[in-house]
Amino acid sequence: MIIYGTAILAACHLLGVYIGDLLGAFIGVKANVGGVGIAMMLLISARVYLHKRGLMPDTTEAGVGFWAAMYIPVVVAMAAQQNVVAALKGGPVALISAVGAVLLCACTIALINRTGPKSQDASWQTGTVAEES
Amino acid sequence: MEMIEHAIRENSLVGAFAFVGLIMWISVHLSRKLTFGRVHGSAIAIVIGLALAYWGGIQTGGSKGLADLKLFAGIGLMGGAMMRDFAIVATAFEVHVDEAKKAGLVGVMALLLGTIIPFVVGASVAWSMGYTDAVAMTTIGAGAVTYIVGPVTGAAIGASSDLMALAIATGLIKAIMVMVFTPVAARFMGLDNPRSAMVFGGLAGTVSGVSAGLAATDRRLVPYGALVATFHTGLGCLMGPSVLFLATKAIVG
Repeated sequence: MIIYGTAILAACHLLGVYIGDLLGAFIGVKANVGGVGIAMMLLISARVYLHKRGLMPDTTEAGVGFWAAMYIPVVVAMAAQQNVVAALKGGPVALISAVGAVLLCACTIALINRTGPKSQDASWQTGTVAEES
Repeated sequence: MEMIEHAIRENSLVGAFAFVGLIMWISVHLSRKLTFGRVHGSAIAIVIGLALAYWGGIQTGGSKGLADLKLFAGIGLMGGAMMRDFAIVATAFEVHVDEAKKAGLVGVMALLLGTIIPFVVGASVAWSMGYTDAVAMTTIGAGAVTYIVGPVTGAAIGASSDLMALAIATGLIKAIMVMVFTPVAARFMGLDNPRSAMVFGGLAGTVSGVSAGLAATDRRLVPYGALVATFHTGLGCLMGPSVLFLATKAIVG
């Protein structure tokens, strides 16, 4: 059933955010530490585990796949509710800091990616679940 | 007309689905007809979204862009943190475990650099513009990390609300710049494989900027970048009021 996939996704999401909150409280930070990232790792593990046991029929996968495909529309909705007015009102300090940080980070990214190993393996471009198992 | 408005207001999330679908449709057509597919449809959609957010902010004076208009309240739900994180987690389904593992260490390094570099830039700019005390420099520097790290750090070290507003503005400008300019600079940054996306996720910071920037570049790279970027805010909130504040204090006194 399609809801199984969505339920697994929801369970991983909640558990990840919970662990992220615990982690934040543990190291004394007033923020969630990597909750979404932990949730992603949980979901990856769940997928690998269930797939190996043949407990992941196509309909279950579709229950996650739909939300993955909704990702871009959700991001567009997110863009539409940013506080753009406040950002533009920040004045020169905010503008110069932000531009400087973005430029320097972009150059660092370029530096790391150009010096790193060239990956010839293009398998990540195709579907995932089938060939990995 | 009033009836339609009523229907949309009563079903705000459904209204948002229809509205965002329309934006996507327009964007994909603009991408094909106007740019011959050179500018990604989702990049155009995100820019339209930001423009609408600006318009909404001007109209209402609120802080949530288009979502502050009653008719578009559903946008707030659809694009809010809950749905955003849910969709991001779902993209992990497409992650190749081996690729992610290979780049684990370089991802961690990128995260550290991604916290320190923006902080140093922000704090230095603040200093050169007359904000010479450690609290102000740290708050603005933390704002350059992400717009959440800024106010969290500021609150922890006792910054004024003006400073926190400035830090939030800095983080917002950074996030918007990352959203808009990532597809433009993708080739320069070598953004074409999972490893590079993880480096990007660590260094560019802000989940919203990274997720939108990668979505507009190549959707398949999103989970790799997001996987790293979600640790960005936590790390920043950890380092801002502690190590980075103490270091700033030691330097400027």
